[in-house]
Parts: sequence; C-alpha cells; structure tokens
Amino acid sequence: MRAVITVIGKDTVGILAKVTGICAADNVNVMDVTQTVMQDLFAMTMLADISGLQGDFGAFSDKLKSLGADLNLQIHVMHEDIFNSMHRV
Amino acid sequence: MINNNDILETIQMIQDENLDIRTITMGISLLDCIDPVLDKACTKVYDKITKAAENHVKVGEQLEKRYGIPIINKRISVTPIAAISAATKQSPVKLALALDKAAKATGVNYIGGYSALVHKGFSAGDLELIKSIPEALSQTERVCSSVNIGSTHAGINMDAVKLMGEIILEASKKTADNFCFGAAKIVVFCNAVEDNPFMAGAFHGTGEPDTVINVGVSGPGVVRAAVQKMPHATIDEIAEQIKRTAFKITRMGQLVGAEAAKMLDVPFGIVDLSLAPTPAVGDSVAYILEEMGLEKCGAYGTTAALALLNDAVKKGGVMASSHVGGLSGAFIPVSEDAGMIRAVQAGALTLEKLEAMTAVCSVGLDMVVVPGDTSADIISAIIADEAAIGMVNNKTTAVRIIPAIGRKEGEMLDFGGLFGSGPVMAVNKFSPAKFISRGGRIPAPLQSLKN
Repeated sequence: MRAVITVIGKDTVGILAKVTGICAADNVNVMDVTQTVMQDLFAMTMLADISGLQGDFGAFSDKLKSLGADLNLQIHVMHEDIFNSMHRV
Repeated sequence: MINNNDILETIQMIQDENLDIRTITMGISLLDCIDPVLDKACTKVYDKITKAAENHVKVGEQLEKRYGIPIINKRISVTPIAAISAATKQSPVKLALALDKAAKATGVNYIGGYSALVHKGFSAGDLELIKSIPEALSQTERVCSSVNIGSTHAGINMDAVKLMGEIILEASKKTADNFCFGAAKIVVFCNAVEDNPFMAGAFHGTGEPDTVINVGVSGPGVVRAAVQKMPHATIDEIAEQIKRTAFKITRMGQLVGAEAAKMLDVPFGIVDLSLAPTPAVGDSVAYILEEMGLEKCGAYGTTAALALLNDAVKKGGVMASSHVGGLSGAFIPVSEDAGMIRAVQAGALTLEKLEAMTAVCSVGLDMVVVPGDTSADIISAIIADEAAIGMVNNKTTAVRIIPAIGRKEGEMLDFGGLFGSGPVMAVNKFSPAKFISRGGRIPAPLQSLKN
C-alpha cells in the first residue's frame, strides 16, 4: 500500500526533515521525492510505503495535517489509488 | 511514480473547485420488518436499520481520510414505508419516528423512504401514508418523503396529483415557523428510480438487494473550472472537455463506493453520475452554463447548453463506472445553486424556463420557492406538467416545491446549510382548478408500448 504526500506552501527551513521525521516515527518508508521551488512557493510530492504503518492511517494523516498548520503549509496525505483511478484508464 | 501534474490537479479540484463525494447512501430493505402490530413493526425497523448501518458513517469517515476527499453526506434509504405499514391498517407516523430515531442512532443526516408508489392507483397503506406526510415531517428531523405519481408505463395518477398539491401546502403550513422546511423534504416523482442515492427522493426499491451501497458524485465547480480554461473553444471541444472531467469525477466515486461496499461487506450498487450543486460560490451548475457564454442562466440558449452539459456528463461518466444508475445528470435546484439564485433575482430565470430545462436534464423543478398564498390546485398543476414531461420523454422528473407561508414574490426563504436560500418566484395565477379536480388517470402514452 502506498500513499502520496504533497506539501505546498511558502518555503522554509527544514520542511523535508520535519515531514520525513513524522514518516519515520510511524514506520512509513519514503520511496520517492520530487520537489520544485517556484519563486518562493514550495511544492513537494512524496511517494511513501504505508504497509508497515504503525497505527491508524487517519491518525498519521492528522499528524501531518497539524504539522502543515504549524508551518503554514498545505499538507495532504492521500492513498495512491485515488490518483490511479482518476487519471488512468 | 504518479505524474506530478495529475496529483496537483486532483488536489486543486478538491481544494479550490469543491470536488467531493456528495453522498454515500446505504439502501436497506425493510420487507422483513412487516408486522400487523405497528409497535412491533417499529421495533423491527429500528433494529434492522441500526444493525445494517452500524458502521456506515464510520466507514465513510475512514474513506475520507484515506483518499483525502470529502464525503459530504452519509445517508440511508429504505423500502417505501407504505409497503411496510400496509399490514398495520393505521397511520404510519410512528414508523417515521422510528426512522428518525434510527437515523440519529446511526449518525446519518437524512433517511429517505417515507414513500408510496401510486402511479397507477392507491393500494393498501398508500393513502394512509400520503395523508400522514405533513404530520410525519413536522414531527421528525431527518426523515424524507417521496411519492411516485406517474410513469411512462402507467400514465399519471391525477387523483394522487391533486392530493399531493394539498399535502405539500399542508406540510409547508405545519412547518411555517421552521422556514416551511417540511415541503423541502417531499419529492413528487414521475418515473422514480429505485436506486437514487440523493435526498430527499431516495428510497430503496423492492427489486434491490437486501442492503446496498449507492454513491452520488458531484463536481459542478470542477466542470466550470475546466470550461473556464477554454474561452475560445468550439462547442464540440467544450463537450469533449466536460466528458474528460466527468470521467475523472466518476472514477473517484466508483473507487470510494466500491471500497465502502467492501469495508461494509455490502454489495456495491451504482454510481449516480450527477452534477449536484451546493450554495458554495463556484459550485454551481448555472455558472457552468454562463461560462459557456450565456450572460445569465435562463437566457435563450440555456436549454441547449444544459442539454449539452447533461449529455457530456453521462458520456464521460458511463465508462468510468461499472454500474451507473440513480438519476444521473445535472441537477438544477434553485435554492442550492448560487448562480440559479442570482439568475432568478436578476429576472433572467423564471419557473417556465426552469420547466423547459427539466426536459433535458435529470430530475425536475427542484427546491423552487413560490408565494405562500399559492393554491393547492396550482401546485398540483405544476406537478402534472412536470410529470407529463417525464412520462412522454421516458425520464425521471420530480417536483420539490416550497410554498413560503407568509412570503411574497421577490422575498427570500433561507433554509441554511446545503439547502441554501430560495428567492420566492412568480407563479402564473390563472386557475387550473377544474382540470385538477376531474380526477382519474392520464393514460400511458404510446411510448410505453415497446414490447
């Protein structure tokens, strides 16, 4: 099972470290990261393996969401199936 | 890796364009709850619903988290109650109370199926149920009611049409201190469908499985944003773009519905390919039509634009889902659509134009507010006209009309929440009383003879 984590917002120090920190704490393996910085807007997409996730998916998602709120970023965690079903025939 | 643009597009759809799953509705058969003793029937109904839908809301919330997509409503539809209450030979108001209690216990916001199917005539229990609707809706909070008064195969039951005009008026009067909300929970259908997940007209048909999950998707905001990006496109290019967008929206509905069914261990029924607007700015069907090039919804050209939209949504959606059903098409509820409200206020959209629009889209005159002094005959005649459009065109049509007690044309009736607020619309006051009072049945049209 894989999830897509997206982070969008103003670039600040340590975004990647903080997000991956939460992933590591919950035993979520980050498989791929792409990021772009356009002017000062930061957009990062991560593909993460959640099959070893400790605890509930909802709780994991809430932790990242509240991190987003603290850093003034939008963080979304979504199961990869939604992208596969919407964008692939 | 999934394409980055696809990911950002999806997030933008949800974040900025109000993409959501409008409803996950669990259909529950109550046929095994029939009992001649009313109180026993009530207990059986309550027990069956609360057991079947025990995890319905919880699963919906889990899926919201997993896919990051809002699921606005979790609802229940049940077998038309007239079939359940017939054996009791009593007014079924107590069953409405049992439904309301079950809805609150399971956490769903609405439960549909306080219904009777009388397109060809009244059977045992039907009249008792219809006459109890105003009472039942004023005593309950979450119960929704619908009555099917016509079909392409049976014609139109004009006795029921007459009765429903009176019932709607009475329901509105009984809830006059609560924005006449009773009338907003009654839908009068022609060609009602058995697997509709949308309220207030949802009921669980007798041909359905014991329990089933049906999903209604939404996304007028997404379609509008897609059309907005092509200001110089031809109509065929717009149709193509709407198809693509509808495909994506529907795939999401299919995914969530199938997953919900699996988690609840209930068969997956259908995806209803609908564009269901909300009062949120930008989530409007009227604005899509305006984006296509109409100054205001209701201008000449609106019916053509709506026909194109409705068809493109179906064509795009049908390939995205294994089973399509329900009402499937664009909804045009006035009070729930910011663009429709503005069009009415600007004088661009009239009841007559809305009626014409219902010939080419799903459902019919929906959430239309009329002056409080509108007579029952006129409401009945509006229902008859709408039913005739459905009967002749082999499609579902419905009337959800709210006589705003104590209010006049031009004033507003504010329901709040998803139901929005409706401007009181002008009604043609010439009397149809004699036509409505004749009674009887409009014979089924030639279109019914397909065998």
